[in-house]
Order: sequence, then structure tokens, then C-alpha cells
Amino acid sequence: MSWLEKISGSKLLSAGARKRNVPEGLWTKCESCQSVLYRAELERTLEVCPKCGAHRTISARQRLDHFLDAEPRIELGNELGPTDPLKFRDSRKYTERIKEAQADTDERDALVVMRGQLNGLPLVVTAFEFSFMGGSMGSVVGEKFVRGVNAALEHGTPLVLFAASGGARMQESLFSLLQMAKTSAALAKLAERGLPFISVMTHPTMGGVSASLAMLGDINIAEPKALIGFAGPRVIEQTVRQKLPEGFQRAEFLLEHGHIDMIIDRREMREKLYRILSMMTHFAPTITAQN
Amino acid sequence: MNLNYLDFEQPVAELQQKIEELRHATAGSEVSLTEEIARLEQKSKELTEQVFSNLTPWQVAQMARHPHRPYALDYIKTIFTDWEELHGDRHYHDDPAIVCGVARLEGRACVVIGQQKGRDAKERVYRNFGMPKPEGYRKALRIMQLAEKFNLPIITLIDTPGAYPGIDAEQRNQSEAIARNLIELSNLRTPVLATVIGEGGSGGALAIGVADHVMMLQHSIYSVISPEGCASILFKDAGRASEAAEAMKITAKDLFGLKLIDEIVPEPLGGAHRDVPLMMSTLKQKLITNLERLRHVPMTQLLATRYDRLMSYGTYDTAPVAKSA
Repeated sequence: MSWLEKISGSKLLSAGARKRNVPEGLWTKCESCQSVLYRAELERTLEVCPKCGAHRTISARQRLDHFLDAEPRIELGNELGPTDPLKFRDSRKYTERIKEAQADTDERDALVVMRGQLNGLPLVVTAFEFSFMGGSMGSVVGEKFVRGVNAALEHGTPLVLFAASGGARMQESLFSLLQMAKTSAALAKLAERGLPFISVMTHPTMGGVSASLAMLGDINIAEPKALIGFAGPRVIEQTVRQKLPEGFQRAEFLLEHGHIDMIIDRREMREKLYRILSMMTHFAPTITAQN
Repeated sequence: MNLNYLDFEQPVAELQQKIEELRHATAGSEVSLTEEIARLEQKSKELTEQVFSNLTPWQVAQMARHPHRPYALDYIKTIFTDWEELHGDRHYHDDPAIVCGVARLEGRACVVIGQQKGRDAKERVYRNFGMPKPEGYRKALRIMQLAEKFNLPIITLIDTPGAYPGIDAEQRNQSEAIARNLIELSNLRTPVLATVIGEGGSGGALAIGVADHVMMLQHSIYSVISPEGCASILFKDAGRASEAAEAMKITAKDLFGLKLIDEIVPEPLGGAHRDVPLMMSTLKQKLITNLERLRHVPMTQLLATRYDRLMSYGTYDTAPVAKSA
């Protein structure tokens, strides 16, 4: 114990810690333009910086909550939780990492699936929770996504994906790798039935997730400046031993190279996806006569 | 140190050298050491059996990457007849890291797709160390669709450290190339038989690995990331690859136990490269048997079984958990 702690007791320090916590909840700084932003405003702008337009990480629930109509909403596969088939342990046990991620995010794994409506158009939406172990895809993510596809098949609706993932979950090794094949195979069924699949790749969408479900959209969309690719920039730099070009693997780079159909600002996502989906599904809202 | 042998094989290498020296010394002389040589050879065999009965996953990884190991084209040229290689993705390039073609297996026409590493320095560069680019996967897809169109079964031979992580590969959408193969293979209307002959490196391997029957050679590996990659990310030290190899369960034996592959193809004592003709005939027999079986399965059943298998991958808990307050 230092002399300061001795004379002041622990009260002073804990009061300081509390003090630091309070403003953090109210104000936050944009990593991109360094502007100090009001938290409540950021929630209204869906975590997009009102000053520079930087798209910050948004939770899967917040995403779905904004995207879907308030009613009806049915969550799918939330009874599914991860297991540790390989008794995997690196510097820490996989089971410990799971527990910590569950406590931090209040999710059981890294994908949330809901059936609902978008301006009355019925659909199934799947969203990755990036804060859960980097949105990595293991058995639960694969199975939940398939259940989302199956629900879309059963109800004859489109499927939308919001991807945000570092790739396959190493702690489940080959089980994870095979989720790439599993999710892709399910999407083949959706394609056979002529039901649209729209993939929205948000920052970041990499590795096994980008190289399977996320790149298989009938329409592939990205959020501004999202990092999207197969290999991570660090791995590529080590392999080719040269500096990567400016903007490499960013949404704008992908648009220029023809990998994606369009870039959509998160604040316009709802409106734009509705416009596209209503055309693809020949959806005509039932208009009730006003007088 | 004998470079033909890996470090854990050195006791065998030393014994083999002694045998060679004895042979040399007695050549042309009247002293016969035949009995002594026979005794040592027996001992060498027993020693090899002992070493190979208990390989660690990291040692298996070294076997899978052994520079003398037979590569896809070695198998293709020995097991098949009438091999005609087909080139190019029709859009951009011909990727030498993936070879595709038509050939006959015991007289029956089929399509063969394999990942090809290089034998010497020059060929290694030419083949990009067996790391395919998007055009390689797109060539494979073109040939798979050709197989479907003309009712030819597909045999794939997997041997890659992974899909190429390079600037050009990303510019041409490596992700999409792999993803496209996964979705197309999942309902391709022809039997697909995949064999990991060396390294099954992640998505780059899976892109030609979605099949009706998946086999692995005894000393091959199949994993979501290389042991070195896993070690550097999770253990924060690429030097701990051996621990990562252990943790990830990458060997044929482990993956068969987990029901993630269907069959193990035994290798000759000491590995495929120690008795190439035996390795060839073993694999050939396995390919013939499995293709014969798959050929008689009605198409709808074949596709339904393939789909169900894909859907069965994964382990999860279904017990609802009460949320803690």
C-alpha cells in the first residue's frame, strides 16, 4: 500500500473511479474526428458520428431494434448456447472466454436472429454481435443462421444479414470451419426458392464469415469505410512484404473493384433496404382507405 | 543430421546409415554380414513403428508438409489414366496452384481437381506454394460445373497451406471465390469425393472440400487456421505452434473421432513418401470403392444426404438458461 492510500484510505480512490465513470456514460469521443459527442445523440444517430459520419460499432440488438418494426418480433434460436467440444485452452480456457463474453454482452453467442417486419414487409434478420468474441463464427452462430434461413423458407420471406466478424472461431477449430459450408448450403435452399438474401457487411467482415455467408448476397451492401476481406491486413503485409495501398479492403475499395453493389449509410439503411426488398418481392402494402 | 528425415525420425536415420555403411563395407569382400544387416533392418523397422505409433499432432503436421510427400499431380499421374489437364477460369488467368482435368479411374471417366505444391524452388514459386488465388477457385468451379453437366463424378485432392493472402487476391475477391464454391458444391448434381492428401488449410481447403465423402490420409492435417497462425493469435507466440496443433485437433485420427471426416486412408510405415507405390495403390482402391458406392445412390438421395451432413456439423447446448438478474 502506498503512503497516499494509507493516509486517505480507499475512499478517495474509489470516489475518483466513480467520478471517471459518470462522464464516460454521458460523453464520448469520436475515434475518427476526435469530436466530443453527446451519448444520447449518438444513440439517435445509430452510433454514427454526426460530425464526420464515422460508423462506430453498434450492438446486434440495437441494430435490430432500429431496423425492425416494433411489432411483431419473434426471436429465433435463443435457446442455443455454445459448448466446448475440444476442451480448448490457449492462454485461457474457451469456457472462461465464453462466460466473460456472455457477461459483457448479455448474449449467449455472437448472432441474434429475429423474424419481424420492415414497414410491414415480413422478413428474417440476422445480426452479428461483434462484442461477443469478435463476432467469431462457431457452431452456435452457424446453427442460428441456418434457423434464420429455415424460418425465411417456411414463411416465404427474404433474409437480411448484418455481418460484423473477425472470422471463424478458432476455439472450435474444424467445427467452425465447417460452419462456412453449413451456412452456404442453407443459402442455396433460399436461392432455389427464389427468396432474396441481402448481405450488409459492416466493420469488420473478415475471414471465414466474409468467405461464406456474407459474400453470398443477391445484393451485397457495405457500410461506409467498413473493412471487408478474406485475409487480415497484417497477414497480407507479412506475406507480400510491401505496404498496402491506401484504403485497401475498405468498402469504397470493394465498390470500385466490383465486389459489392452499393455502400449505404447506416442512417438510411432501413429506408433503402425497404425500397430494394419491396421491389424484389413485389411487395405492395395494404393501404387502408382514409375516409 | 540426415535431411531426408524429420528431427523425430533421427534415431531411425542413424540406424539406416549404419546399415548402409555395413553394406558398403562388405560389398565385394568375403566376410558376410547378411545376418547382421537383417537384424539391424528388423530393428530399424521396429524403431520406425515405435516412433510412428505415437506421433504428436505437431509431428503429424510436419509429416503433412514433408517436402518428399507425394503431391496431387503425383497421385493423378499414377492412379489415373488418360489425364488431360484443363486450364483457366475463362476470365482472368490460369492458376497453377490448382490443377483440374478429366481422367479415367479404372476405365471410368471422372473429373479431378487438386491443389498442387511445387517440388523444387522454381516450381514452388510457380505454384505459389500451393496457395490458390480467386482465379484458381473459379477455374475449379468451372470444371465442377462441367462435371455436373456431363455426369462425371468429381475427385478432389486437398493440399494447401491456405488460400493466398495477397493484395491481388483480395482485389479479385478471394472471399467471394471461396464462398461461391461452397454454395455451388453443396448442391452440385454429381458425386463428390474429397481427400486431404497433405495440408487442409482452412477455407482455402474447404473450397474444394464440400463432398459426399471426405477422407484424410493418415498423416495429413485439416484445420481452421495453421498451427502457427493460431499460436500467434491466441498464444501470442508463433513459436507455440506445437501447443496450438495439439489444442485444435487437426489430425485425421482426431477428426475421425469427432465425426467431422468419414474415413482415414492408411499410409505406409514412415509416411506416404517412404513407399510411394503402396500409397498410390491404397488410395486408388479407396477412391474406386467409394466412387462405385456413390455412383449407385439416386441423385435426390445423394443431395439430401450431403445436405443433412452439412447441417449436422456443430455442437451446441439447447437447454434454455435462466438469465441472471
